[in-house]
Amino acid sequence: MSHAEPTPAAESAPGEQSSAAEEIIPDPGHVFEAHGQSEADFSAKPILTVDNLKMYFPVKSAGIIRRTIGHVQAVDGVSFEVRKGDSLGLVGESGCGKSTTGRLITRLYKPTAGSIAFEGTDISGYGSRQLLPLRRDIQMIFQDPATSLNPRHTVGSIIGAPLRIHQVVPSDKVLPRVQELLEVVGLNPEHYNRYPHEFSGGQRQRIGIARALTLQPKLLVADEPVSALDVSIQAQVINLLQDLQNEFGIAFLFIAHDLAVVRHFCPEVAVMYLGKIVEIADRDTIYGAPHHPYTQALLSAVPDVRQASIGGRRERIRLEGDVPSPINPPSGCRFRTRCPIARDICARVEPPLMQVGKRHKVACHFAGELGQHPATPVTTGVLGVDDEGHDVAGAQRRSDLLDHPGYQDTWLDLKTGQPVGS
Amino acid sequence: MTHAASSPAPETVPQQRPSGQPFLSVRDLLVHFPTVDGVVKATDGLSFDLARGKTLGIVGESGSGKSVSSSTILGLQRGTRAIVKGEILLDGTDLLSISDEQMRLRRGRDVAMIFQDPLSAMHPYYTVGNQIGEAYMVHHDVSKKAARARAIEMLDRVGIPQPDRRVDDYPHQFSGGMRQRAMIAMGLINDPGLLIADEPTTALDVTVQAQILDLLQDLQREFNSAIIIITHDLGVVAEMADDVLVMYAGRCVEYGPTKEILTQPQMPYTWGLLSSVPDVAGDTESRLVPIPGNPPSLLNPPSGCAFHPRCAHLDKVPGNLCRTDLPDLTPATTGGNHVKRCHLVHPEDVWAKEVLPEIAPELAEQNQEPTA
Amino acid sequence: MRRIFAGVIMLILMSLVTYVLFFSGGLHPERAACGKNCSPAQWEQTKKALGYDKPAVVQWGEFLKGTVAGRTYPEDKALAKANPSLVSTCPAPCLGYSVVNTTNVSTEVKTAFPVSFSLAILAFIMWIVGGVFFGVIAALRRGTVVDRGIVGVSLIFYAFPTFWIGLFFLKFFAIQWQIFPVPSYVNLTDSPLAWLGNLVLPSLTLALIYMAGYVRMTRAFVLESFGEDYLRTARAKGLPNRRVLVKHSLRASLTPIVTMAGLDFGALVGGAIITESVFNYDGLGALAVDSVRTLDLPTIVGLVVVLAAFIILANIVVDILYAVIDPRVRLG
Repeated sequence: MSHAEPTPAAESAPGEQSSAAEEIIPDPGHVFEAHGQSEADFSAKPILTVDNLKMYFPVKSAGIIRRTIGHVQAVDGVSFEVRKGDSLGLVGESGCGKSTTGRLITRLYKPTAGSIAFEGTDISGYGSRQLLPLRRDIQMIFQDPATSLNPRHTVGSIIGAPLRIHQVVPSDKVLPRVQELLEVVGLNPEHYNRYPHEFSGGQRQRIGIARALTLQPKLLVADEPVSALDVSIQAQVINLLQDLQNEFGIAFLFIAHDLAVVRHFCPEVAVMYLGKIVEIADRDTIYGAPHHPYTQALLSAVPDVRQASIGGRRERIRLEGDVPSPINPPSGCRFRTRCPIARDICARVEPPLMQVGKRHKVACHFAGELGQHPATPVTTGVLGVDDEGHDVAGAQRRSDLLDHPGYQDTWLDLKTGQPVGS
Repeated sequence: MTHAASSPAPETVPQQRPSGQPFLSVRDLLVHFPTVDGVVKATDGLSFDLARGKTLGIVGESGSGKSVSSSTILGLQRGTRAIVKGEILLDGTDLLSISDEQMRLRRGRDVAMIFQDPLSAMHPYYTVGNQIGEAYMVHHDVSKKAARARAIEMLDRVGIPQPDRRVDDYPHQFSGGMRQRAMIAMGLINDPGLLIADEPTTALDVTVQAQILDLLQDLQREFNSAIIIITHDLGVVAEMADDVLVMYAGRCVEYGPTKEILTQPQMPYTWGLLSSVPDVAGDTESRLVPIPGNPPSLLNPPSGCAFHPRCAHLDKVPGNLCRTDLPDLTPATTGGNHVKRCHLVHPEDVWAKEVLPEIAPELAEQNQEPTA
Repeated sequence: MRRIFAGVIMLILMSLVTYVLFFSGGLHPERAACGKNCSPAQWEQTKKALGYDKPAVVQWGEFLKGTVAGRTYPEDKALAKANPSLVSTCPAPCLGYSVVNTTNVSTEVKTAFPVSFSLAILAFIMWIVGGVFFGVIAALRRGTVVDRGIVGVSLIFYAFPTFWIGLFFLKFFAIQWQIFPVPSYVNLTDSPLAWLGNLVLPSLTLALIYMAGYVRMTRAFVLESFGEDYLRTARAKGLPNRRVLVKHSLRASLTPIVTMAGLDFGALVGGAIITESVFNYDGLGALAVDSVRTLDLPTIVGLVVVLAAFIILANIVVDILYAVIDPRVRLG
């Protein structure tokens, strides 16, 4: 940063890290009056439509000729939509493919198959030159602010770099814009010529957010944006992200393992297991009336402060064993090896992600609320198989009820087994 | 100290010793680290008691001194430049006054520890069985074969399938959850009276975390050990701990029975912790109330109450008290063992009228109706 | 297997590069063979007889063929038939025929190799043992006088030129105090004791230079391992300090040391030029210096290939050791 006089702060010794900490601007939340987005605007147009997205990483053998001996099916046929200004939460345990999905959408990886339509244009096959303009619209926030910021660059040059690369503003306007951004994320604008190590963890995450905001993106992929932060700092960053969303109308794909954080932030949530979405619905359905046994187990495992403080704890659904290898996933339903209600059909036929409510899709043969799972598979009519999973002659797969990334106006009513409309 | 050396079978140890002294009693523990920049006051005047079969949760953010205090109980600061004062009475013996060699003999036998990241906490070059068996052999004069058999037995006990085969695996061949199980097996192999678990589930997925917490509780019942669980996750504390100790800037700021701390906290920092975590069942309309600012530097902690620069209730205390005077740990208005370090005169009113309605309106209403 | 294959390819390429570079320098290696009063015609003739008139690539091809099939010098079938005594044969693996020394390069290498190898292996053992030992001591006593003393002394040895240390040893230990014999190479098979006694001074000279690096490296890695979580676990188990150090810390620190040591050893076999000349040992280093001075192309190429092969071999051994030490490499 040669174009500005060093401020007294910049001249201070590197050891004085705490000075940056003291001068943090009070939470910017009060600047914006709006509260967290409570209800999704389901009429908004999708900004992102992901259809049957797959990412297989080859596994190579040892030896002279490194043959591909298998694939890690990190993401295997994932479909969903994110609407303008909305947030979709992607939850699941480590290795379920949620981070890979995020990296596919920001096109850090090239997908093996499937389409990623951003504002109606499929970007899944774009080369790096075609992607350049898109980098302005889709940005990413990473988990670990300490490793995702170049330690040798000042904060000003980190945040200003996208401006220079994309030549959005004349070079003499870069600094004012950087300072403006620092202020937006609640940092002292005078600190633009400091280095990342002079900031605390929470402040570094703010820098990461400022960098992502530089080009005024329409979609932010936030990959575990708060899990590396202290509890009290997490809330600051979540509030900041909510304010930014309300202020600038940014759509979020919010990837996290913390179910409570996702619930707080996202009106719509998708649960992933071993490379597939097992359930996707609006927040109240996922947390209030989950239909997939994995979602139910996941939720029951979350320690709950309030529950415990009032008395006792919820009954847990114990999942035995570990997540199987994504190189050689189980046949049929991938969750069946740990599922408390699995039957023969689950090994034979993969349950499709099927719409069972206005804003609710679930991939389970025995989808139902906890303790009310049906005795016979609910998917047979749609898939054209019998209760054991064998093909029924003449029966057809009803793709009108399946295979759509978004929600349809008709869905399968679980009680009647018949399609119903809204 | 003969009971640990003999059989692994659980013994019935009275929760209180005849003298009325608790199993573990930490008195005015102080741990300071002199550095070139000054003295890092990691822990300052920490006191707590713990009986066998009970669990204490220590909660705090990074740099609050919670990990330092626990590794001091294990004597891991010996051989460093740390200045340690106070008393750590385990079963009547002051662990700070015994020799290094005596402390070493207790380490792993009377006090064991499990760590946050089980992958880095296990040596990558040795098999799981080797490392677990080693913990047994160092305190028992047994053959390698016997130690291996004991390791298999412990792996089986912590729920590792096919333990006789997995005992020869290396840590990297285990999944995260299995590694933490193996660490627990290593910690409990000598049937220690006290187990310190430093963020035991932070690196794990939520379903695995549930498995590990269940396992710890089962084993605690079986071995009747005292457990100190160090965490930043209030949910974990809520499920595991009988008592909670909240640490801030190296000091205890609130200490008491878990239920009281979670339902009637009387210290603004505890309020902040509770209000900044979203709840899986909470109201999504409500906004998170973060604690402003950053955790303080232990090199140069704020004057008076260390929390005052981040405290929202400064104006309720007359004068400049919060900035100038460090509040004492005083009994909370709820009585009992509940203590808090705060100048607020009526913290229970502030909590009920200002804080609770903001973070959990439905609870605030509930609380008001029955009392009416 | 793949590594050996890659190693062979690398050797072939290196020999090619040597050929091309040698001839691109405008050197006339045949001039020396032509004698003092060399007329242009004679010069031309010698050039032809030695095969230096052919393009570099062709000569290289012949060299490659020779390593597999052997060669005769000169390459003249008629002459070989008419007058076999004029033709010298070079059996496979033929590395060439040194006109300067009138002998096969492989013979030269065979005589010089044991000298250099003995020197290198003994120095290697000394510096590893010394380096790791003092490195550990320095780490355990970090920040103290002992630590600074060890690091400082090792640096002093590192800073002094090899020939100075060598001459110093020679003057005091061998000539003045006569603790060790004035070194001259004795075959291991002739007298193991004499072999060792004669090698002590030159190996020590070599080892002292390398030791400085290994002291610092060991110190750094041991200190680094002290910060590892698994070392804390080992201490939390109640293991005695010695066991924590040897079993847990040192084992982990050895991996990078083994890597460096393997490469250093491979390079040392042909690289102890100064030590060899101070102690008047006819090793590979001395041979290399001579061959460069006399523009003895066949010897140069032969040495390049042999020494490169040695470094590649050392690399492969290091890779294998890696897998032995670290189960994560072995078991994926």
